Amino acid sequence: MEKKLPTIEIIEKYCKGCHICVEFCPTKVLEMKGFVASVKNLEACIKCMQCELRCPDFAIKVTA
Amino acid sequence: MSFDYDKYIRPGKLPHIWCPGCGHGIVMKGLIRAIDTLGLEKNNTAIVSGIGCASRLPGYLDFCTLHTAHGRAAAFATGVKMAKPEMNVILVGGDGDGTAIGGNHFIHACRRNINMTYIIMNNNIYGMTGGQFSPCTPTGAKASTTPYGNPDPAFDVAKLAIGAGATFVARGTAYHATQIDKLIAEAIQHKGFSVVEILDDCPTTYGRRNKYKSVIEMMNRLKDVAVPVKAAEKMTPEQLEGKIITGVLYKEEKPEYTTEYAKVIERAQK
Repeated sequence: MEKKLPTIEIIEKYCKGCHICVEFCPTKVLEMKGFVASVKNLEACIKCMQCELRCPDFAIKVTA
Repeated sequence: MSFDYDKYIRPGKLPHIWCPGCGHGIVMKGLIRAIDTLGLEKNNTAIVSGIGCASRLPGYLDFCTLHTAHGRAAAFATGVKMAKPEMNVILVGGDGDGTAIGGNHFIHACRRNINMTYIIMNNNIYGMTGGQFSPCTPTGAKASTTPYGNPDPAFDVAKLAIGAGATFVARGTAYHATQIDKLIAEAIQHKGFSVVEILDDCPTTYGRRNKYKSVIEMMNRLKDVAVPVKAAEKMTPEQLEGKIITGVLYKEEKPEYTTEYAKVIERAQK
């Protein structure tokens, strides 16, 4: 069965580029693209929601 | 499932003013989740703050909010609670606001055991005014007013609160985001004065003066120094050296101030 992928929405207007989501993602799903975070490897996402919880800027929304 | 923070935030207020990597946003999210878990009504919840970076928090939240003079959050909040004892009153502020300028208000709110929750975001410095040292700046740390290292020992906010008579004291960190909402929810539910100290990071005015290369290094420090209460019980004093105990540190039941004051009113009217 095909794995159902979550959607990771990054609100670029809110992101201040602090790197917290990129560094603390256990499966390295995110990366920095210029000053803002972006999704690099969505397949690896385990929906732990740590990026959403730790984003101080309300910039990440993970919908499983 | 993604948590909908937007329904608790005033429209058009984001992005907030906090610096990149500042933990205050993480604490604000924790507070919103705690309020959501408890189902507190917007019109029956007052969020009160003084002045400072952390005290900007109520401005973003769509509740009854009160942004007061520096350090005076506890005084104004006591007024709100006395006038409307049925209201949920939550105070937010930083370490300088709560333990230095508002130190007296803080200890006396603890002593009265009035049913409110005080969330102290301890980032070890006065961030907004330019990085002056606060009572929570560790000994030896550099601040704009202690360029050769701070000679003062720091306050332990949790011990101060327990000593002053607060009946619920907990501590968390900005790194341990999942724990923040649970601690705050438990504190709000507690009948009496509850204090939640959240260890925070200030990369702009504290980190860069104290050789933290990045926000991540500051977050990792919080991760390393935090020891949960249960684990700390099994550790020796040597092992606990330099560590900070997190979790619910103290809890007791004592007569609550507004209830006791209602009895005074009753006695006076007889």
